[in-house]
Amino acid sequence: MDPTLTPIGWFLWTLLYVLIVLMGVMISLAFLLWGDRKVWAGVQMRKGPNVVGPFGLFQSFADFIKFFVKEVIIPSSADKFVFLLAPLISFTLAFGAWAVIPFAPGWVVSNINVGVLYLFAISSLGVYGIIMGGWASNSKYPFLGALRSAAQMVSYEVSIGFVIITVILLAGTMNLTGIVEAQNGGIWHWNFLGGGGLKNLPLVVIMVPMTVIFFISFLAETNRPPFDLPEAESELVAGYQVEYSSTPYLLFMIGEYANIVLMCALINLLFLGGWHAPWPEGFTAGWPDLARNFYFLLIFIIKIVFMFFMVAMAKAIVPRYRYDQLMRLGWKVFLPISLVSVVVVAAWRVFVTGAV
Amino acid sequence: MLERIVQAAKGAALLDFGGAFMLGMKHMLRPKKTILYPNERNPQSPRFRGEHALRRYPNGEERCIACKLCEAVCPAQAITIESEPREDGSRRTTRYDIDMVKCIYCGLCQEACPVDAIVEGPNIEFAVETREELYYDKARLLSNGDRWEREIARNLELDAPYR
Repeated sequence: MDPTLTPIGWFLWTLLYVLIVLMGVMISLAFLLWGDRKVWAGVQMRKGPNVVGPFGLFQSFADFIKFFVKEVIIPSSADKFVFLLAPLISFTLAFGAWAVIPFAPGWVVSNINVGVLYLFAISSLGVYGIIMGGWASNSKYPFLGALRSAAQMVSYEVSIGFVIITVILLAGTMNLTGIVEAQNGGIWHWNFLGGGGLKNLPLVVIMVPMTVIFFISFLAETNRPPFDLPEAESELVAGYQVEYSSTPYLLFMIGEYANIVLMCALINLLFLGGWHAPWPEGFTAGWPDLARNFYFLLIFIIKIVFMFFMVAMAKAIVPRYRYDQLMRLGWKVFLPISLVSVVVVAAWRVFVTGAV
Repeated sequence: MLERIVQAAKGAALLDFGGAFMLGMKHMLRPKKTILYPNERNPQSPRFRGEHALRRYPNGEERCIACKLCEAVCPAQAITIESEPREDGSRRTTRYDIDMVKCIYCGLCQEACPVDAIVEGPNIEFAVETREELYYDKARLLSNGDRWEREIARNLELDAPYR
């Protein structure tokens, strides 16, 4: 009998899986953070971090160590328990969401059938860490930053939800592995071109804008520039992070970047074919499973890095939105468009491709 | 109205974003402007006004004759000079202090000096940890002069045609 099917074996197997994912994400985060800074520096014709290690690759680790050995300063007027709980919530939720992200066929910690719902729930909960942090700091800037952040994340969650619904309608499943498998067979099967092969190609006029809306919304959702109003340096200093220092700040920062990479992974899974390459992959049929999975993993990672590059470029080239512009974009532009799109895609599924 | 529609259409087509993206990529390929400071430096003008120094003649005699023109011209009143005749009868300073915290690095002292004794050298790296260390006395200024004499002399020579 398969040892991973006994309770204790399953427990140990899952634990190992969780550790691998956690460490993998953490370590790749360090390098992505470095890449982020390098891209930003490159656009500004600077060199960026280049002192610690070859090409400055270990800069993030040096930063982490710096954060760890610093003193944790807790403001005397702060609510200590909530103040320290907030970064933990941010961090835990950001990594908890990785549980349902499949990295290759079968390589997923928890292959649940409502993976998309789970992700949606977890990313909605993420706002609590920020609100609690801003409130518990008992200070004006963090409070204002937290309020902005809450409003921003809630508004963009709505349009993200509708965009995801279009993908669910196309794929016919909420299982992330299932959504990726539905995009198997080359770039014309990917959801951003309508999904389901050439018969759905007219949907490209819907799905390409959906992809763009999802990208912009996830920038807003993760408080990433150009929507980094909660921590707008010029007006709110650092928003909800003002009173944080040392390890709690590090947890906030890692949580934020984990969320960004998670969203990069999610946009790949939902729209850009997940681990499938743009070309047909029949030639891998004869490969051993392990080699095949590593091939898929490699493609998935390349796509994530590409998306992260786009996010970093967006940070480098786009000026920050004003708050009312942000709200206008979310409620008056994205929400109606995505709402209409859901109706159109649903109608297409019922009347053209004939789904029940 | 039409303009706004055109603008909205351009925004929706991500033309702005695409253009900015290409611009960003173009700049990414350009040579970097970063200077790795302790290893590389920006070029410095011979007229640069940095840390002060009191110079000596080649035979080791100090140049300053205690005319107190620099003390008089100093707009920040950072210079304090006391003087009395030396044993051989020549007029020399017994005290020459510059309060580097008061100093505004205007360079009037070196303009006023008739014997090129007080000069502002090219050195900019004299950060210290306490305020007291920035109250320079005569010994400190003279040692600065000894240390930076070669650079100061070269800079004076380069600047001479323009004076």
